[in-house]
Amino acid sequence: MPQMIIANALKDGRVVFLADQGRWVNRIADGLLAENEFQAEKLVQIAARAEADNQIIGPELIKVSGSNGQRLPVEIRETIRASGPTVKGHPGERN
Amino acid sequence: MYRYDEFDTTLVNERVHQFRRQVQRRLNGELDEDQFKPLRLMNGLYLQLHAYMLRINVPYGSMSSRQLRKLAHIARVYDKGFGHFTTRQNLQFNWIKLEDVPAVLVELAGVGMHCIQSSGNCIRNITSDQYAGRARDEIEDPRVFCEIIRQWYTLHPEFSYLPRKFKIAVTGSPNDRAAVALHDIGLRMHRNDFGETGFEVVVGGGQGRTPVIGKTIRQWLPVKHLLSYLEAILRVYNMYGRRDNIYKARIKILVNQLGIDEFRRQVDTEWEQIKHSPLQLPDDEIDRISAYFEPPTYRTLDDLSDQLDKLRAADSEFDAWLHSNVAEHKVSGYAIVNISLKSTEMPPGDMTGDQMDAVADMADKYSFGELRVTHRQNLVLADIEQSKLWKIWRELSALGLASANIGHLTDMICCPGLDYCALANARSIPIADQITARFQDLDRLHDLEELSINISGCMNACGHHHVGNIGILGVDKKGKEYYQFTLGGSSDQNASLGDRTGPGFPADKAVNAVETILNTYVDIRNSGERFSETYRRVGLKPFKEALYGTH
Amino acid sequence: MALIRNGSLATDPFIDATAHESLSDTGALLINLTQWQEHRGILLERCDPLGILLQSDEHPENIADDLDNFELVALDFPVFRDGRAYSYARLLRDRYGFTGELRAVGDVLLEQLHYMHRLGFNAFQLDSNQPVEDWQTAAGEFSVWYQPTGDGRPTAMELRLQRKRFPTAASIR
Repeated sequence: MPQMIIANALKDGRVVFLADQGRWVNRIADGLLAENEFQAEKLVQIAARAEADNQIIGPELIKVSGSNGQRLPVEIRETIRASGPTVKGHPGERN
Repeated sequence: MYRYDEFDTTLVNERVHQFRRQVQRRLNGELDEDQFKPLRLMNGLYLQLHAYMLRINVPYGSMSSRQLRKLAHIARVYDKGFGHFTTRQNLQFNWIKLEDVPAVLVELAGVGMHCIQSSGNCIRNITSDQYAGRARDEIEDPRVFCEIIRQWYTLHPEFSYLPRKFKIAVTGSPNDRAAVALHDIGLRMHRNDFGETGFEVVVGGGQGRTPVIGKTIRQWLPVKHLLSYLEAILRVYNMYGRRDNIYKARIKILVNQLGIDEFRRQVDTEWEQIKHSPLQLPDDEIDRISAYFEPPTYRTLDDLSDQLDKLRAADSEFDAWLHSNVAEHKVSGYAIVNISLKSTEMPPGDMTGDQMDAVADMADKYSFGELRVTHRQNLVLADIEQSKLWKIWRELSALGLASANIGHLTDMICCPGLDYCALANARSIPIADQITARFQDLDRLHDLEELSINISGCMNACGHHHVGNIGILGVDKKGKEYYQFTLGGSSDQNASLGDRTGPGFPADKAVNAVETILNTYVDIRNSGERFSETYRRVGLKPFKEALYGTH
Repeated sequence: MALIRNGSLATDPFIDATAHESLSDTGALLINLTQWQEHRGILLERCDPLGILLQSDEHPENIADDLDNFELVALDFPVFRDGRAYSYARLLRDRYGFTGELRAVGDVLLEQLHYMHRLGFNAFQLDSNQPVEDWQTAAGEFSVWYQPTGDGRPTAMELRLQRKRFPTAASIR
């Protein structure tokens, strides 16, 4: 199953995904998919450097099912991190 | 209520300055996350699922209208326009940026608020009775002693790196609205035969993975010895509490391990050495702090219960609201109004910046500019003239803050859960939502009498599920959210931990399980019997059978 | 590593003998509790200064009666989150009357120095590029203290009561 790197940005704590050229993006759709273990390991290394550089905190490798061009994390926790609280009634919530 | 003098203000400003420096050192890499994390926790800053969360202390739940307005302002400018009140009478903002925190702290300092020690392995915000100083059943206003204790633990150099968090609660009334037996230290006020005020000291209570009801370590502690005795307990804990396993590091584990008698012996041995130290409280100081809590100048008013009865007879919704949300005040002609933050509109305990501003205005207009936060995540206006009750009810209704549910089924305690919290295993807010939606009928709600549902999204039990009449714990079972039920918990002076019913229910069956439990209660109860009384009488069996069938 | 003692950069005269097999070195010697307990006789015969290093699980009551023999007591912080030595320092100063050098070693950050100083530490082993600046920052961090710690700093309560007895032109808001 494809994998992605998820983390929180140091400055504002927002959820970010590792994208190309070492960039970090807010939308899961814009992040880089690792299709095999070799690619995943490369992403892990890039993420570790970014953490040491104080760009991000707590990078994790997560499984993402990529059906129909949609990126859906396998774990509920990561789904919520990717798309925001599932709670109604709040102004400005992503969901 | 307490007002900062230049000593308090200077201390808070110096702390803001210190934390600003710590943030800079983190942002420029001088501190790594391991080094910064305990420091930011001691300033109430968590990293949650979506953003940093900032927890602001509301000492013993007391707040001024000016402070509430500032929280509204911060919600609008630095957050997404709302805040969340917690089971420790604090306020949390969910969407704070690290680089904004120093500015937020400056704003808070300007109104005498801060985030000092609202998290971390140190002494946390002291909590108390939301009716303090106003309830008829009270011995003395506990907030006087809360404030004295608060200053003692704030930036205490010896107790800032404890084995684990430490929570203290105080009640001034035999009717315990502050859940003192579920705290690391609980203080129960008593009066002796000489009319002197003192405290029964309860130690080692707590929830989480291993819930424990606290045990009495001392039956009677004169107030002048309050701080020295607390210091003795903390010193023993700091030196001997376990540090090898974070799940075994609370004082309750140490008390269980030593046994209460040996623990008491160790505390008393230490206390003997410091009883007569400068920690002993002079009468001067108690008087000085007491002066801040002098009651406001009340008008001389007749009790209006008869007039209110007429209004109640004419309007069933007003009647319901008075019944559940309004409590007796010690002064004739006045009442205590609860503002329900439990509605279909918002997650439990949440409030928008606009609602905060409106309530601050109401506090100014009707309640001497003060309000309280309750540990059940609601607010209180404690000094309302009975003649204003109808008007206030209309105003609160327009704001969506008048659900007639205080102390009833839909007045749930609910933690933020997996929608927000990095520690959670399951979501809690959607379950609370579903329950609220299912039980909107006011008649049914009030027919079910007083009963508490407490919901936690993980074993840390921030939603106090162990002590709910009905407790719900969200768990992760093979990647799906399941909900386990406990029954018969209670956080008042007859504190008890709930009994587990059995296997958990998936999210789409959880509300039905609640219905089943309530229908069972209605079937079995004697006339006028509340859920907790029925449960004590009949036990778990009938509920278990109803939920899982008899085999 | 830099040593700050009484607010200034200092050289450490103590040889760390805690890992040594024999204790035959001359000069100021730093030993551990086990060595003190096992070789007390020999150590008492020495004339040179003696220092002792306590681990975070070694309570100072172990040496409370022997403090006259030590110029230096060093308390280790294995990780800075382990706060036991804050209480040990308090006891050493207030209860057992130790007047020598009380040194914080191990995982000691600038952020803890003020608290440590309040509790009686007067020397700090700092892993810092700018130890003197760090110390000065820490020393001046707070000017208001709520609780008495035996460090002689007046508490807010004392100052308020004093002010009440000797009111000045400026009144408390």
